[in-house]
Amino acid sequence: MSIKVTIDGKEVSARDGDNIIDVAAENGVYIPSLCYVKGKPCLGTCRTCSVKVNGNVMAACTIPVAEGMEIEVNEPEVTDMRKALVELLFSEGNHNCPSCEKSGRCELQATGYEVDMMVSRFPYRFTPRVVDHSSKTIFLQRDRCIFCQRCVDMIRDEKTGEKIFSIKGRGTHARIEIDTDLANEMSPQQVREASDLCPVGCIIDSTQGYDDPIGKRKFEVKTIRDRALERTHR
Amino acid sequence: MNDEIQTILSNYHSDRTRLMDMLWDVQLQQGYISDEAVSSLAKDLKISNDDVRETLTFYHFFHDKPFGKHKVYLCDTTIAKMSGYDEVRDALSNEIGTAFNSVDETSTFGLGDANCIGLSDQEPAMMVDNVVFTKLTPNKVKDIISDLKSGKTAENIANPKNINSKELAYVENMVDANIKTESQVLFKANRDYKSILQTCLDKHIPEEVIEEITLANLRGRGGAGFPTGMKWKFGREAEGAEKYIICNADEGEPGTFKDRVLLSHSPKDVLLGMIAAAYAVGSRHGIIYLRAEYWYLKDFLQQQIQDFRDEGLLGKNILGSKLEFDIRIQMGAGAYVCGDETALIESCEGKRGTPRVKPPYPINQGYLGMPTSVNNVETLAAASYIIEKGGDWYEEMGTDDSTGTRLLSVSGDCENPGIYEIEWGTTLNEVLEMIGAKDAKAVQISGPAGDTLSVKLDGEREFCYSDLSCNGSLMVFNQSRDLLNVVRDFEKFFVEESCGICVPCRAGGVDLLHKMERFIDGRGCQQDIEEITTWSKLLKGTSRCGLGTAAPNPILATLEKFPEIYQEKLVEQKGPLLPSFDMDDALSAHELAYKKLTQEEA
Repeated sequence: MSIKVTIDGKEVSARDGDNIIDVAAENGVYIPSLCYVKGKPCLGTCRTCSVKVNGNVMAACTIPVAEGMEIEVNEPEVTDMRKALVELLFSEGNHNCPSCEKSGRCELQATGYEVDMMVSRFPYRFTPRVVDHSSKTIFLQRDRCIFCQRCVDMIRDEKTGEKIFSIKGRGTHARIEIDTDLANEMSPQQVREASDLCPVGCIIDSTQGYDDPIGKRKFEVKTIRDRALERTHR
Repeated sequence: MNDEIQTILSNYHSDRTRLMDMLWDVQLQQGYISDEAVSSLAKDLKISNDDVRETLTFYHFFHDKPFGKHKVYLCDTTIAKMSGYDEVRDALSNEIGTAFNSVDETSTFGLGDANCIGLSDQEPAMMVDNVVFTKLTPNKVKDIISDLKSGKTAENIANPKNINSKELAYVENMVDANIKTESQVLFKANRDYKSILQTCLDKHIPEEVIEEITLANLRGRGGAGFPTGMKWKFGREAEGAEKYIICNADEGEPGTFKDRVLLSHSPKDVLLGMIAAAYAVGSRHGIIYLRAEYWYLKDFLQQQIQDFRDEGLLGKNILGSKLEFDIRIQMGAGAYVCGDETALIESCEGKRGTPRVKPPYPINQGYLGMPTSVNNVETLAAASYIIEKGGDWYEEMGTDDSTGTRLLSVSGDCENPGIYEIEWGTTLNEVLEMIGAKDAKAVQISGPAGDTLSVKLDGEREFCYSDLSCNGSLMVFNQSRDLLNVVRDFEKFFVEESCGICVPCRAGGVDLLHKMERFIDGRGCQQDIEEITTWSKLLKGTSRCGLGTAAPNPILATLEKFPEIYQEKLVEQKGPLLPSFDMDDALSAHELAYKKLTQEEA
């Protein structure tokens, strides 16, 4: 069923039940996100898609559109909140973009550019994080993990359906774990899929290095904004 | 060892949703939950080892490594700290011979902290092997530890007369009820539950029960104040092969303990409320989610449920009708966030207590994806009186938007801490008079997640949903208390209890705590005030559940009501560097690293 909503004051039509990120993208409005993957169940973890819905701040990926909904994306207060959340991730983990294999292909880095981030307003924490190189196929670089949980929810062992990635502990002690045995059984395609799914450089395909030269890397060829809009544009 | 685990698995019919119970049983039998135990559980439940570990590592009271024969947790709330906590803490550490958050050399004791264990009216208090000890002094601690060392169990020490744990005397021997007011609605003695239910079933179809509750204008007592009649109506209308009634007894908000007392002194009121809910919604299954801190209520409550079964109030064909309903108890394992109804449901399913993305709401898709009505203990108890005496009777008490009464759990600087039943509409000053709080400066209502009131500014305000909407926790601070420390403790609590799933709460909470520490240390400047305000708004706006959105409340409320406590501590910024920037400290890191590297090379 088609319904009407407004995005930044402009009336648009949408399919009832689609979430705000998709509806906005279909209408050419980019909302950043680091956990949402179109077509997969919503995770609602990163909150960087926060927008105002009828005046209240909400995560766009978690909210299905409803008739008459007033959505504000490029409103100054909530725009700054999205930027602040991206900055918060940079100060919470240890993100050394220039030396990271994922640089240029990293969604966090690309989103940082999109929200006009220059430096984090939050104090950098330099938290010690343990790197896990026990698997032959994947290097788990926890310094860069943002706990989006994409890997936990979306990657499964192809034979048993068991989790390969899981989360241990809670709050600031939470960390991603990898089942080394299952990881070693992953096909090269699945390893690449997992590495591409990771929005940062935490899940690193052990066979992949700095493959593309600067200037020809994924988000340099086409920005994350253009990719997000293209994916859903009618 | 494996045989024990096989028995545990078969006790729960290898049902994955009962993982919490299985983990408890393993830990109680084997001391901790070993890798071997994890593998055995996982194999039988046909899930991965990491699935088991995800649940295991989420909860404060589960241990995946040995944590001593006796597990000792001292409650470290701000109220405990006003009641002789420091001396007790030192005594515990000295007597056991180990620091907090460690195990002693002989592996006899594991010593740790716990957030509020629901005993704010009798702090300092601790849990030892799921047994509680209250009103601790260094001498009392010395005796308890020495008894444990001599081979006595915590149970022996706390219950020397060996009272049956199914009896109220067992609970009363361990903790004081401290009910300070005459009953207005709740805590009525000698109720004839059978005839109340019989009359209700004879007189009313389910829709009429919902009508009475709606007429009474009963609102959720957990804090949010959602109309109970509406929730049950939605539950009745929701489609599902099964429906569930969950009693939220995960009373984790620091400073509240009213549910502890309701469950010990009016347990059948709560059970009757659950039966009424089941009849109204059309449910056959009830769960009481009982926090692990209330372990001493478990056998007692189980007996109350059994009494009701024996009398025909639970089970099939209740009192000869077609109604079928039974209740099980689900123990928690130490996670404040499980007070959120969707996190609580996840926990009931044997998973991490992570709040779900909403919508869908539990009343449509809750426990096992089925319509689920989650109600607070006090809400259900109140409902049991409404079905007896009618919605009209209840509606006459209180104010227009807040009917009936509200239990307050009173703690802190007053003469008579304990449980008070007040009619909605009572003012703060009247409550302070009632509890004997003579020198009160500030009152924290609804726990850290609630509001900080200034006695001077807010004294004439009324307890009601449109003004002082209180979830039952009321902590009093007198003129001598340092509120900045209180706020810091509250922020530390939120950091420790954050589930970590969303960015603002997990990462932002730490920054708020650091800012508070900066003020307390006298290194904060005006810029810090501005930042802490905007960062607070970020958490409030963007967090996934009530924990994150409430975490900045203590800061925002004290900035508004007691701005002077911050102003007094502020320092002037001189030159381009912030006062919180310590040049020597910043440079020392380089020196240390240089020394370490050169030593390694040598």
